[in-house]
Amino acid sequence: MSAEIQDNGGKKGKQSKQKKMTVRVDFTPMVDMNMLLITFFMLCTTMIKPQTMELSMPSNDKDITDDQKSKVKASQAITLLLGDHDKLYYYEGEPNYQDYTSLKETTYQSDGLRTFLLSRNESAVRQVNELKKQKTDLKISEEEYAKQLAEIKSGKNTPTVIIKAMDGSSYENLVSALDEMLICQIGKYVITDMVEGDHFLVKNYETKGSLTKEIAMQ
Amino acid sequence: MGRARIKRKSTYIDMTAMSDVTVLLLTFFMLTSTFIKKEPVNVITPASISEIKIPETDVLQIWVEPTGKIFMSLDKQPDLKAVLEKMGEEYGITFSAEQEKKFIVASTFGVPMQRMSNFLNLTLEEQDKILKTQGIPCDSTDNQFKSWVRHARSVNPDLRIAIKADADTPYAIIKNVMNSLQDLRENRYNLITSLKSVSEG
Repeated sequence: MSAEIQDNGGKKGKQSKQKKMTVRVDFTPMVDMNMLLITFFMLCTTMIKPQTMELSMPSNDKDITDDQKSKVKASQAITLLLGDHDKLYYYEGEPNYQDYTSLKETTYQSDGLRTFLLSRNESAVRQVNELKKQKTDLKISEEEYAKQLAEIKSGKNTPTVIIKAMDGSSYENLVSALDEMLICQIGKYVITDMVEGDHFLVKNYETKGSLTKEIAMQ
Repeated sequence: MGRARIKRKSTYIDMTAMSDVTVLLLTFFMLTSTFIKKEPVNVITPASISEIKIPETDVLQIWVEPTGKIFMSLDKQPDLKAVLEKMGEEYGITFSAEQEKKFIVASTFGVPMQRMSNFLNLTLEEQDKILKTQGIPCDSTDNQFKSWVRHARSVNPDLRIAIKADADTPYAIIKNVMNSLQDLRENRYNLITSLKSVSEG
């Protein structure tokens, strides 16, 4: 029975025949239907919104003159080479083709690249942490925070990271490298292609400097 | 008195409160969640600490499979229609109203233009099967990917480009996609990632 009508007894007086009705609706089917709908929604929808990483690439324009290209101080440049099989190498400043030990191997783990980058970007990281604390204490507004953060990140003494990925490295490697830039508060980084010299450096490193020796012999 | 009379109790349970609860739950789910879109390929995105959320509308999604197949999806139906028409103009193909309708319903596309007309004549089930084996050509000889992006941008200037690539995709493929975008002066785009916390190694 989906709806039942109950007899509550008659009224007093003249209209004793007319009975007061309590309309009681059985909600069980309604609940069934709702449960079904909930199940449907739970299965067909998602609550997780995908996260994104914003990326700005340099323009490919050929008409940019040399003055417009931003030059990076060699002392502040760090070049990351993402190799095949999740290998990761880096060198600081200008590449040194003579000495294979100028290229250093590291990992994507937190004790590898992150430790190195954090030590290179120490002052900026410290400033950002202070800024974050101010924000959580509600001393500065959201806009102010964003403005100051951008200022710190583009500060004079922060390193510039050049990310060069080899064809054999995976997309995951690239994202982890970009991730480290975010974690280490590095504002200036760029993704460029490998040049021949970089391939030489990696090969030279893998063979422990035999390529340099060969060239010296000739 | 004789034996104790057992009062017969009614087993009727009032479901009104239960109904209230379920309706509330239902409303909650309807408001907070978004429908899972049909995805052409299964893509496992790499994890990142970035917490920026992707906008809900005006997104041009580029799916990149580990083998290098490229698929795209747009979220606005008028845009889809306009883009298909423009692509048809470029490649000298005219689409019938029914073909256009099917294209709009699918919302994801990834078939070379040469085969597009035949593809749209198939039923939706057949399309699903075939779509996985296709992909938009994106190489130096035949870069239809570029044309799609260019037309999509001309149709909707507020479009945001989001790349959803599998974690195992070789960089060479990603580089190809990024270079194509750079040629079109699309220098700002998003990479779709899944969330992880900083403490993780």
